Amino acid sequence: MSRVIGVDAILPEHPLGRAEFVHVDIRHPVIGKVLAENAVDTVVHMDVSGTPLGSGGRAAVKETNVIGTMQLLGACQKAPTVRRLVVKSTTSVYGSAARDPAVFGETMLPKALPSGGFAKDACEVEGYVRGFARRRPDVAVAVLRFANILGTAGGTPLADYFSLPVLPSVLGYDPRLQFVHEDDAIDVLRLCSLEPRRGTLNSGTFNIAGAGVLLLSQCARRLGRPTVPILPPAITWLGQLMRATQVTDFSKEQIRLLTHGRVVDTTQMRETLGFAPCYSTAEAFDDFVRGRGPGLLPPQRLAEAVDRVAGLIPQDRAADHSGASPSGSARTREEHTRHG
Amino acid sequence: MADAKVIPFDEDGRGRRGRTPSRGAAGRGGGRHGDRRGVTPSRGGAAPLGSVAPDEGALAGLPVADPSPAAEAAAEAERVPDSAPDAAAEPSDADPSATEPEPTPGPGPADALSTVLGEVAGRLLDGGWERRAAHGLAFLRRRLTGEYQVDEFGYDRELTEQVLMSVMRPLFNDYFRVDVVGIENIPATGGALVVANHSGTLPLDALMTQVAVHDLHPERRHLRLLAADLVFMLPVVNELARKAGHTLACTEDAQRLLEQGEVVGVMPEGFKGLGKPFSERYKLQRFGRGGFVSTALRTQVPIVPCSIVGAEEIYPMVGNSRTLARLLGLPYFPITPFFPWLGPLGAVPLPTKWTIQFGEPIPTDGHPPEAAEDPMLVFNLTDQVRETIQHTLYQLLVKRRSVFF
Repeated sequence: MSRVIGVDAILPEHPLGRAEFVHVDIRHPVIGKVLAENAVDTVVHMDVSGTPLGSGGRAAVKETNVIGTMQLLGACQKAPTVRRLVVKSTTSVYGSAARDPAVFGETMLPKALPSGGFAKDACEVEGYVRGFARRRPDVAVAVLRFANILGTAGGTPLADYFSLPVLPSVLGYDPRLQFVHEDDAIDVLRLCSLEPRRGTLNSGTFNIAGAGVLLLSQCARRLGRPTVPILPPAITWLGQLMRATQVTDFSKEQIRLLTHGRVVDTTQMRETLGFAPCYSTAEAFDDFVRGRGPGLLPPQRLAEAVDRVAGLIPQDRAADHSGASPSGSARTREEHTRHG
Repeated sequence: MADAKVIPFDEDGRGRRGRTPSRGAAGRGGGRHGDRRGVTPSRGGAAPLGSVAPDEGALAGLPVADPSPAAEAAAEAERVPDSAPDAAAEPSDADPSATEPEPTPGPGPADALSTVLGEVAGRLLDGGWERRAAHGLAFLRRRLTGEYQVDEFGYDRELTEQVLMSVMRPLFNDYFRVDVVGIENIPATGGALVVANHSGTLPLDALMTQVAVHDLHPERRHLRLLAADLVFMLPVVNELARKAGHTLACTEDAQRLLEQGEVVGVMPEGFKGLGKPFSERYKLQRFGRGGFVSTALRTQVPIVPCSIVGAEEIYPMVGNSRTLARLLGLPYFPITPFFPWLGPLGAVPLPTKWTIQFGEPIPTDGHPPEAAEDPMLVFNLTDQVRETIQHTLYQLLVKRRSVFF
């Protein structure tokens, strides 16, 4: 890898080091010129984004996601030098529903395709990418479906949600969640943009998630933030209110995620792609927790409180009874018979 | 068993576990699995006399020699209601809602308080309360800090063992007085598919089978039940079902669990069996399309037929209000002699006497995994399982003395 060129519609906030930067919107055909002039061989498409807050709202995001991808794929198709395409997608293409299997594999389709929002964008983008892969069989195409990415930086809708002082949750549901640490996300993107290692294959569709599962209630307790269970219709209104006030993007699909949860199978990631994330779901979440301030109910304080209560139990007697022999229990029984 | 046509069958050779020929009150306690601590005694005195106090498991099996053990048993029965709720209720305090911090007394009066507490508790409870309290607090601590594990299906093993099981156990032991036969037919290791009949309007039979497998199997295995999608659409119910290790009845989930070497429980009759009218009791309904057999063939696990007698009569469903069912989005709306006429009181199940019999496992590893695609083989195996369960049901019905005893 000799040169890295970053392309974005807004200027980067951080210095990019040796990488070059081109200020181009991917919705603009100029992107084709960038690819051709620089004889680009690997394209990493990371602009399928789910964050409509800030500029433009939902319509603009959809346009960047879908029209931008179409432009980029068109440009790639015209550029004969392109050998490799990596697309950052999301596990939300599987949706969240009560009637779906508990664990999604790459080949499974949800009972109902996502009806709108970011998930629908991602589905459409993946559709275009599959079309591109058919038209350019010489290009190795990797589609990475990431579970919720968490890290110290934040900025995703779910990270915003976990930053609320109290977490609104759906009454009577405790969804299963999976996370990827942002370092792992970068590692796997790097792995896919290079030649595959021996015995592995880095083209195809892969679910990317840390090992293990956390329930929303577990997350809330580890964060030390209380949950406020809310009835399903009310939580939709609350979501609309929060979107209107720009507190967080509490979209319908996020509410569905927080209702039914979503877990994906990562066997392909481990065995075919040969990638083992450094952080499990719980570790990624713990790292995220360290980056936040303490909540209203810090778990350490609760643990201390319980320990103090446990300290009230006379230890000597506990030790005495832990080794209690049958004769000991017989004695107590006699005592009770007398009392009764 | 009314109009059920009874096919005479030769007595099955296997001994009936946990049952002496004369099922006296004493015999019941004796043959059971030894480890029975924390069993809550009957509420409302539905259980027969020797309602098995924790320490008396061994004693109850012996012939009564003199009146003093009886007196002791009486004293024991008086005492246990104090101790048992302690064991059962303490962990349940830790359940989801309990996020409030504990009120913590300062260090000064702590010693005095602990002595007083010790005195009072020592008086009220039997020995070892400190150990149990410490155990409960350790559980509470893990719960409050979120430091516990769930698997990818959302199964919370700790919560199931400590809380959910102790909620269901009184129903199992004292309300339905379940007799379990042939538990050894569930393999000690590796996957197995338990296929059972389904009845009783509410899926209590599935839950009781789960308790049976957990409490009576020597390896204390966990039955992972496959439940209808309705379960996962209902709030609260879905949460508890996932935590108790149930998952959606679909090929993907079943196969995944079996490949992980779990014991999976399935009721192929589904709502057809659960919501069938009382007049059709103990007549097995259609067994779906045999999806469970294909899954067992694909994963090469044995199929264990399971027959449950007693669940049919807990809510005798004499009618079905289709209008109400459609209105509420339910597969059926039961009308029993008591429900909905008596309101919530009508929702109390009748205290029938249950028997759960696990039959000889049907091996599937003789067929290649591709056999799952062979419709004839799948149908034949499905029929074999269905017939086995149906015949065992008839046998058990012939042996049954009464619905309630």
